[in-house]
Amino acid sequence: MSIDRRTFLGVVGFSALAIAGRSSIAAPVAPPLSTRWAMVIDPRKCLKDEGCIDCIAACDKAHNVPHLPERAHEVKWIWREPFDKVFPGQSSSYTEETLKERPALVFCNHCDNPPCVRVCPTKATWKRADGIVMMDWHRCIGCRYCVAACPYGSRSFNWLDPRPHIKQLNPDFPTRTKGVVEKCNFCEERLARREQPACVVACPEKALVFGNLNDPASEVRELLRGRYSIRRKPELGTQPEIYYLV
Amino acid sequence: MRDRGIIVSGLAGFLVLITFPVWYNLAAGTTSKAPDLKRPEQEKNCVAPVAYMRTSHMELLTTWRDQVVRQNIRTFKAFDGTTYTMDLTQTCMKCHASKADFCDRCHAYAGVTPHCWDCHIDPKLVQGGRG
Amino acid sequence: MFMFEKAVVGSRKYWAWLGLLSAVILVGFLCYLRQLQVGLSITGLSRDVMWGLYIAQFTFLVGVAASAVMVVLPYYLHDWKAFGKITILGEFLAISAVTMCMLLIFVDMGQPMRVLNVLLYPTPSSMMFWDMLSLSGYLLLNAVIALITLTAERKGVPPPGWIKPVIIVSIPWAISIHTVTAFLYSGLPGRSFWLTAILAPRFLASAFASGPALLILLTMVIRKLTRFDPGREPVDKLSLIVTYAMIINVFFVLMELFTVFYSQIPEHMEHYEFLFVGLDGHAPLVPWMWASMILAVASLVLLITPRTRKNERVLAVTCGMVFLSLWIDKGLGLIVGGFVPSPLGHVTSYVPTLPEMAITLAVWAVGLLLITVFYKIALSVREGLAG
Repeated sequence: MSIDRRTFLGVVGFSALAIAGRSSIAAPVAPPLSTRWAMVIDPRKCLKDEGCIDCIAACDKAHNVPHLPERAHEVKWIWREPFDKVFPGQSSSYTEETLKERPALVFCNHCDNPPCVRVCPTKATWKRADGIVMMDWHRCIGCRYCVAACPYGSRSFNWLDPRPHIKQLNPDFPTRTKGVVEKCNFCEERLARREQPACVVACPEKALVFGNLNDPASEVRELLRGRYSIRRKPELGTQPEIYYLV
Repeated sequence: MRDRGIIVSGLAGFLVLITFPVWYNLAAGTTSKAPDLKRPEQEKNCVAPVAYMRTSHMELLTTWRDQVVRQNIRTFKAFDGTTYTMDLTQTCMKCHASKADFCDRCHAYAGVTPHCWDCHIDPKLVQGGRG
Repeated sequence: MFMFEKAVVGSRKYWAWLGLLSAVILVGFLCYLRQLQVGLSITGLSRDVMWGLYIAQFTFLVGVAASAVMVVLPYYLHDWKAFGKITILGEFLAISAVTMCMLLIFVDMGQPMRVLNVLLYPTPSSMMFWDMLSLSGYLLLNAVIALITLTAERKGVPPPGWIKPVIIVSIPWAISIHTVTAFLYSGLPGRSFWLTAILAPRFLASAFASGPALLILLTMVIRKLTRFDPGREPVDKLSLIVTYAMIINVFFVLMELFTVFYSQIPEHMEHYEFLFVGLDGHAPLVPWMWASMILAVASLVLLITPRTRKNERVLAVTCGMVFLSLWIDKGLGLIVGGFVPSPLGHVTSYVPTLPEMAITLAVWAVGLLLITVFYKIALSVREGLAG
């Protein structure tokens, strides 16, 4: 039988669609429980005003974070800032004292829509499937575009060789070299060993809770269901995954 | 040719300079000896056959680097079936504990400066307690 | 083929000038070696102010590079014969400026040896990727255009037909390099000083004022030092371009000031407060910004008044004022102002260090060296033809 070109193309096209669509039309299988890591912080539990910095010390030790003498060159992954600087415009002179007077813990928010990932020209920073905004220090060219893009000031640059400024070398984790940007990595190396992040484990008051947002039974989901929480600069659309209970 | 003297002596000087690496190393005897590597005592097998490691350990490490950092794959199945964690300090240097007696020997001989240890920690540094 | 033999013969003044530039380059190069060894801590940059003199100067020079379009467009698209003699000068200025831009980015990098990662792992979502492509492309375009047109002029023949579309392409490309550079800043959600749609138009307006102003000054210098005289008409027309561009630029700045201060949003106002009156006791840039504003207004008056615009002596001073005013505005205020206050509200002063200034000066010297050599070649070719 003879067949004209148009009909032939139509048949081929439909066949291709059918073959491609076959797998999706096939019996539906429940997708595996994917992970979305997040952190919930309860500022009221934090002993900050009694001088406790256990979480900061634990992170610095676990990741060989250097202590630079000059403030201009400091490298920090987790630290404290005054409440009204962390949540500008979200407190007034009438806000409850216990909240307003205390510093809040800040670190990388591992945003769902991270501007730093968008701007990195080498994909030295990217968003993993489990939600962590990861860094590859082998690839970073030190352009600091990601630092400019981060609306939270979470990233630090190595202005000089950090090694001389590390109190005690931890062989479980590399140091970084001068000329690269670094930030909190949600302890991804510990998560790979099924351990909780160092700051979470170190906190004596259990003020930091880490878990999987995609698991409705997780502690983080329980906390977020039970209490109202705020995030930093939500109007920017970055979808940060650090929640502060108020 | 008035300038013959200058030209010939210039050429001779140039030849001496350009062959400097060859005759200097011959005179110092640095190339006659192969690098003297101190091999690990306990372990008999590395993560790959010795011949492969000798030629391509850099490729292996680069693959390890990309798998751990960019794909979150951390375990490696060696040719003899053993599973290792892909980690320079904790795996490679657990057996090759002395960078100076092993890694540096060949690198110095070949005149290469790998940057791995700018960041990855040489275990010997930690035993001293200070970086 | 590149006619470099024209650049190696010259007067004593010529060689003295090249010698001086080489000395400046050497000093800066040695400082850069130290920066490679120690790290970027030798600059005045900090955790809060991540970009400073290097990137600010880069931003300004992209504008100067783009301004070549202000002579190319009228001549090639609208047959403004007056610009026929100076398009080559504009193109050489563009090449020198783009080279300076690329050098400034290179010296700003923490790991410069890895710069090729930008091409090995292309990331279309990153404006820096597009910036690298557009700057490289623009450099290549102008190099080819300058080479072909100058060679043709030297041989006394019209340039080959295929160069015309290449020249036409360089016109939108010039607009694009400065737009992409503006996009580096104007798409960042956390930097309210830069998060304005008018940033790219502002960049272009100030580029089209500062670039032609520099070109006017360069033609005056060349007229003094060589027998090359393009006549009054190109300078007259260029000064008109500078005038209108400067009017638009000042207008845009006033638009920014209105939006910021009428809306009274603290986060937006604080950057301008830091720049113009100081914030939290830090006021390093206040005298500079006011100087820039005063120079801008004064130069506008001199430009708009026909008598002062047409007076070559006064025009030279005016062009210097325009260039200086915009150099301060873009090359000092714009970048630092975006970083202060920081996202956490901290005010950190930024003052460039001596090594940082030496490295920047060395890059400028490289650009001036290139311009000197290129102009020497072009003008020697012209003088050779003239007899």
